[in-house]
Amino acid sequence: MSKIVAVMAGNVYKILVKPGDQVEAGQNVAVLESMKMEITITVGSGGKVKEVIVSEGDFVDEGDPLIELE
Amino acid sequence: MFKKILIANRGEIAARVIRTCKSLGIATVSIYSKVDKEAPHVKMADEAYEVGNPKVTDSYLKIDKILDIARLSKADAIHPGYGLLSENAEFARRCEEAGIVFIGPSADVIARMGSKIEARYSMEQAGVPVVPGISCALADAEEAAQAASRIGYPVMLKASAGGGGIGMLIVYNESEMKQAFEGNQKRASNFFGDGAMYLEKVVENPRHIEIQILADSHGNTVYLWERECSIQRRHQKVVEEAPSTFLDELMRSKMGEAAVRAAQSIGYRNAGTIEFLVDGNKNFYFLEMNTRLQVEHTITEEITGLDLVAEQLRIAAGHSLNFGQSDVTRDGHAIEVRIYAEDPKTFFPSPGVISKFAIPEGDGIRHELAVHDGSMVTPFYDPMIAKLIVKGKDRDEAIDRIQEALADYQVEGIKTNIPMLQEVIAHPAFRSGDTTTSFVAKYFNGEDMT
Repeated sequence: MSKIVAVMAGNVYKILVKPGDQVEAGQNVAVLESMKMEITITVGSGGKVKEVIVSEGDFVDEGDPLIELE
Repeated sequence: MFKKILIANRGEIAARVIRTCKSLGIATVSIYSKVDKEAPHVKMADEAYEVGNPKVTDSYLKIDKILDIARLSKADAIHPGYGLLSENAEFARRCEEAGIVFIGPSADVIARMGSKIEARYSMEQAGVPVVPGISCALADAEEAAQAASRIGYPVMLKASAGGGGIGMLIVYNESEMKQAFEGNQKRASNFFGDGAMYLEKVVENPRHIEIQILADSHGNTVYLWERECSIQRRHQKVVEEAPSTFLDELMRSKMGEAAVRAAQSIGYRNAGTIEFLVDGNKNFYFLEMNTRLQVEHTITEEITGLDLVAEQLRIAAGHSLNFGQSDVTRDGHAIEVRIYAEDPKTFFPSPGVISKFAIPEGDGIRHELAVHDGSMVTPFYDPMIAKLIVKGKDRDEAIDRIQEALADYQVEGIKTNIPMLQEVIAHPAFRSGDTTTSFVAKYFNGEDMT
């Protein structure tokens, strides 16, 4: 089980996965947006999405969990 | 002169414009989004109106709403600042239709300089040097490859509607062209709604040197020397200085005269900037024209003693420039650094609440501020929270001053690029004036440095 966290503070612009999805290492799972800059969040290792913790439009701080993998 | 001016902007530049208006006895109107209610530009203005939700597309870019506020408050002119609507031809036209003076050039001129292909073509016609390349839209990747082999790789593939580094791609050889062309075209279509592409030869190790001009509506145009803005990250300027260490008097006047020619050839009116790339052999090439006030206008003010916002207002009100080229003086050396709310290593944005904001005061130190103690830096806007400007009798004194000022600059609660700025200023290559646009990539090995 692992958590994917925000690498910067900002708004959650897009969530690209839903619970139950199988993701592979390097896959894009979310996009954060802050101050005219978009950062794509990728997963370091594969797994099944257990929970999507945030919603599109939410504000997150650096280090906040976004998605939990089983 | 105008009686009341609406400032269609936010942050430090809105505050900067209000200051000059106050000194000239002009009343001011600010607009603000829901999250900017406590911002300095709101407090400073005589009147302030909410313009919408936080996102710029719901607030500072809402032309209809802004014009409604201008009518309601009986403003007779609108200052657009920089960014946002400042280079939006439709906004300039709508102001004109509403009988409100847009403080800037005509809508036609904005549109012409906003199209990079058309700007390039106009400059060629005016005899202003442009980078070897082509001045019409490329039909497809094949035509791009033919043009590139004619002028020689590497080439810079550019979107005509591009800006701020978006839609620019270096292509090193023919095998890369097809993918580069299609990818860049798609990106440009998405970002700007215009996929027109052209290409230019890559200028190796260039400096970015720009000329400030002023042009009135009576045909008088002057240049106010240069600014060197080579220190950039992600094509955004970080450190600017005037004068440039690289120009001698002959080249300075050649570039100044080329900039005046460029402005006159398009019937320009307003303060404006002609950006040039300068190669190691001191060849200079037109890059683009900014038809507005620039972030770094402050360093030109420091060395010339002029107030560029006041000049903009006089020009927009139809007055003639009250000085000529031979009256423009130059004194000392000025440096500006942009304070960004961002991680100094990754350059990722760092919004949040500023728990402490304490800034140095002293001889030759000037501040332009978008924040104060307790400000919330939101994720909705540009990360620049302040500008620090110093002036010295010469470059060495200016560098010493900015080093001291940066050491005393305290921002807590968010991350800023101050450590990175300190490293740049302290670098021997900066002290010796060896500044090209690859400076950051060459000396700082963080991520995403281009």
